[in-house]
Amino acid sequence: MLGIDDPMIWLAYVACLVATALCVAYGLVRRNRAGDELTQEDRAWAVVDRQVEDEL
Amino acid sequence: MSPHTTVDLVDTLVILIYLGAIGYLGWLGWKGTRTASDFLLAGRGAHPVVMAISYGATFISTSAIVGFGGVAGMFGMSLLWLTFLNIAVGIFVAFVVLGEPTRRIGHHLGAHTFPELLGLRYQSKGIQVFAGALLFLFMPLYIAAVMTGGAVFAASQFGIDFEVALLIFSLLTAAYVIPGGLKAVMYTDTLQGVIMIFGMAFLLWFTYDSLGGVGDAHRALTDMADLVPKPLADIGHRGWTAMPAFGWGAKSYDLWWTVVTSIMIGVGIGVLAQPQLIVRFMTVRSRRELDRAVPAGALFILLMVGTPYVVGSLSNVWFARNGPLLSGRVVQTLDAGRGHALVELVRENDAGRWQAVLDGKTGKPVKAPLVVSARQPAVDADGHPFERVSGRSIALVYGKGQADQIMPAYITSALPHWFGLLFFLTLLSAAMSTLSSQFHTLGTAAGRDLWEQLTGKPGGSQPSLKVIRLAILAGLLVSVALAYTVRDEYVIARFTAIFFGLCAATFMPAYIGGLFSRRITRAGAVASMVVGLAASLFWLLFMKAKEAGALGLVKWLTGGHSSLVEDLPNWPVVDAIVVALPLSILTAILVSAVTRPPDAAHLARCFPERRA
Repeated sequence: MLGIDDPMIWLAYVACLVATALCVAYGLVRRNRAGDELTQEDRAWAVVDRQVEDEL
Repeated sequence: MSPHTTVDLVDTLVILIYLGAIGYLGWLGWKGTRTASDFLLAGRGAHPVVMAISYGATFISTSAIVGFGGVAGMFGMSLLWLTFLNIAVGIFVAFVVLGEPTRRIGHHLGAHTFPELLGLRYQSKGIQVFAGALLFLFMPLYIAAVMTGGAVFAASQFGIDFEVALLIFSLLTAAYVIPGGLKAVMYTDTLQGVIMIFGMAFLLWFTYDSLGGVGDAHRALTDMADLVPKPLADIGHRGWTAMPAFGWGAKSYDLWWTVVTSIMIGVGIGVLAQPQLIVRFMTVRSRRELDRAVPAGALFILLMVGTPYVVGSLSNVWFARNGPLLSGRVVQTLDAGRGHALVELVRENDAGRWQAVLDGKTGKPVKAPLVVSARQPAVDADGHPFERVSGRSIALVYGKGQADQIMPAYITSALPHWFGLLFFLTLLSAAMSTLSSQFHTLGTAAGRDLWEQLTGKPGGSQPSLKVIRLAILAGLLVSVALAYTVRDEYVIARFTAIFFGLCAATFMPAYIGGLFSRRITRAGAVASMVVGLAASLFWLLFMKAKEAGALGLVKWLTGGHSSLVEDLPNWPVVDAIVVALPLSILTAILVSAVTRPPDAAHLARCFPERRA
């Protein structure tokens, strides 16, 4: 298969493509499922994080 | 070997334009809403594709492209399992399983660095200091790997010495990270990621196209199995499209244990405990943004790591068909039908006679597998007639026996000069986006996690800033010294694997346990970190022959042996992570089981969602 005789190698080749395809499918299916709230805690964290970044 | 190894005006201009664009984006980053935190403050997240590419550009460096690509050129396509792990573990598990809990707990506790996350989770300044010190001490290994990858390619592409290329690369790095590159500017990372996408996509297309397509290229590589050099065949190399021989108890299984434990597990699993990647999850807006970033992240990693591993392996076919002609004297016929032979390489001297090419280290004639294309009578240095064969060889021979040289040799020999320049920008992008995060981690480890915790001085104060600058300078100097000193075989991949393995064994149980378990205790976390680090260092110093032999302590103690288990088969090539990570996990579980659980109030702060 694919010019490769060792099944463990063509399996790796195919597994890379399948894993990527599954990731794409996951992203599409879950596109709007999870929450997207920005809390006060998130904002407070970002304020401090910007200070930490600026100090660098 | 390379037909075009100079820096001309166009090269210089293109590089300057690239640096100018990166500098401009970095400057914008200082002024406006450009970092992930800025996006959060503005009430929105960065676009998921931008976030994914930025993450990927930090993840993938010259180490993956030049270092691991070269290892694929030497060991073959078994490395594709690492690509699979990079996608399945490095993207899917990291984003889907660890991303949201890391973001949540980081925000609940107000953590801004990885050591701080651990320290706050376990209410221990000691843990923060320990983790910060470890990162400060060992990050230079990984930085050295990234810089070596860039310098090796620059030396090959522009025909300059490695030392000069390393110096230029160091100065570029200093110019990038010291004035402003440390700020994780999303658009800079994204521009770098986009350049990487173009570079790798063209490289993949060119390689398959020039070798007759996917099936034909793979078939040609499969048919070259008899050209595997004997030293590699002896440790289990069965061809570039075959897994190494698997088993235990004989030297002929060494390669399997090297590939699987050091490269696949060490890097494939170890990525979950990479501090510079973990902190990125805290800057994400929401779970939804993480979910949406998964497709772009996976596609990016497939292209960025899949390409060099496939191309590195296939470079053997390209060199065997189109590489510069070599001459030799047949030592052994491997496959008469295909003209495959093992030869002792010869070169013509001033007197028009053919003398053996000698190995610089051993002084013995260099042997190489050859695809013979012509046979001619010739006279050797002693005046004896012999049949001189000429032909082409495998990538490792053109890389002068060093895996790190394979990708640079292939790019400069096979691809058009303009692509060499684009590929250089690709590597520069890959290096800079990773280096900025590495120095960011190193700087914050020294300033926020070590100095501020040990002295109690507040962040942003002059002493703290001085410490960060000094730490970055020291990290840069140590990294350059390492890259300059250690130039052997596949050192880029080895340095990377060591750092990933150390981080995995030391941090993974405490990090993942801290995200999901209310039962893991401070003592359990401390014990697992100490055991993970101690076991890793013991293995590197005394057991794993390549590292222990190079470090020398075990030789001094044993009177010349490179491993305490030198005489036992396979053990000297097994990576530390295989022993250290299970020990570290076991320690975390056992010590947590017998120590007092964390107090309920703290757990409620860590996991407010679970209160109901």
